[in-house]
Amino acid sequence: MKAAVLLFPGINRENDVARALAQSGVKPTIVWHAEHDLPQGTDLVVVPGGFSYGDYLRCGAIAGRANIMDAVRAHAARGGLVLGICNGFQILCESGLLPGVLMRNRDLKFICKEQYLRVERHDTAYTNAYSHHQIIKVCIAHGEGNYVADSATIQTLEGEGRVAFRYCDAAGHFGGKGNPNGSMNDIAGIYSEKLNVLGMMPHPENLIDSLIGGIDGRGMFESLGAFGARAA
Amino acid sequence: MKARVTVTLKTGVLDPQGKAIEGALRSLGIDGVDSVRQGKVFDIELGTVDKAGAEAALKNACEKLLANTVVENYRVEIL
Repeated sequence: MKAAVLLFPGINRENDVARALAQSGVKPTIVWHAEHDLPQGTDLVVVPGGFSYGDYLRCGAIAGRANIMDAVRAHAARGGLVLGICNGFQILCESGLLPGVLMRNRDLKFICKEQYLRVERHDTAYTNAYSHHQIIKVCIAHGEGNYVADSATIQTLEGEGRVAFRYCDAAGHFGGKGNPNGSMNDIAGIYSEKLNVLGMMPHPENLIDSLIGGIDGRGMFESLGAFGARAA
Repeated sequence: MKARVTVTLKTGVLDPQGKAIEGALRSLGIDGVDSVRQGKVFDIELGTVDKAGAEAALKNACEKLLANTVVENYRVEIL
């Protein structure tokens, strides 16, 4: 499986995510935002985390309208995989690839900590290496991660099983302190209608090595590697 | 031609920054503040004399970039 990792000015997690992909047999190429085309044979586009354009105007607003995003929209429309992490999730929402918006955290603080999530479904390209409703520990690092959408959109996401991950505590309980930023329905990540586009605030690429605190994030990259091997 | 675009949060969208400012105003002893909602103002200069054309262009700018219409409203004024 070949991955294009997009690079915008102010993005700073491209090497971490490239390393996580390579660890699971996915071949990453870094692609500059001013390009008009994705590399030939791209299976997966990754929009990494960081602070594209200094978060000016709104988080992800300017990057969401970059040249390369037209190619990403076309790739997604063909059913190609697109993964947005943190600022990447904000960029996917701003570019129209995913519904809703990430607002300022409920308590106004930038939150940088370990966080538990529940894997809501394990039958997608991104989560097939996880088990049913597995609780995983990953990291969050964001100031604007408070997922907001109108009630019709929330209903659609819930009804179609498009919530990918929910914030929870270590025991898997939702709400209260388990929800760090005020996101509606404890939403930490969502899928597009065809489940090929995933946006999430937490950083699975941080937790791929036991040397730095855990390997619960590895499952996502192993899932992608396994999905690619099956498709090949 | 000069124009001003104002972008504000839609009614019902939680505005934690506005709430924090509201609290700060109260703690400064400024009376009579019921609520604060924070927004953005863009002062834009256009090289045209066509008012209707400028309004249409700025509306397009709002829809495409300046506002996220999921949570924000916008207003265009030609000054």
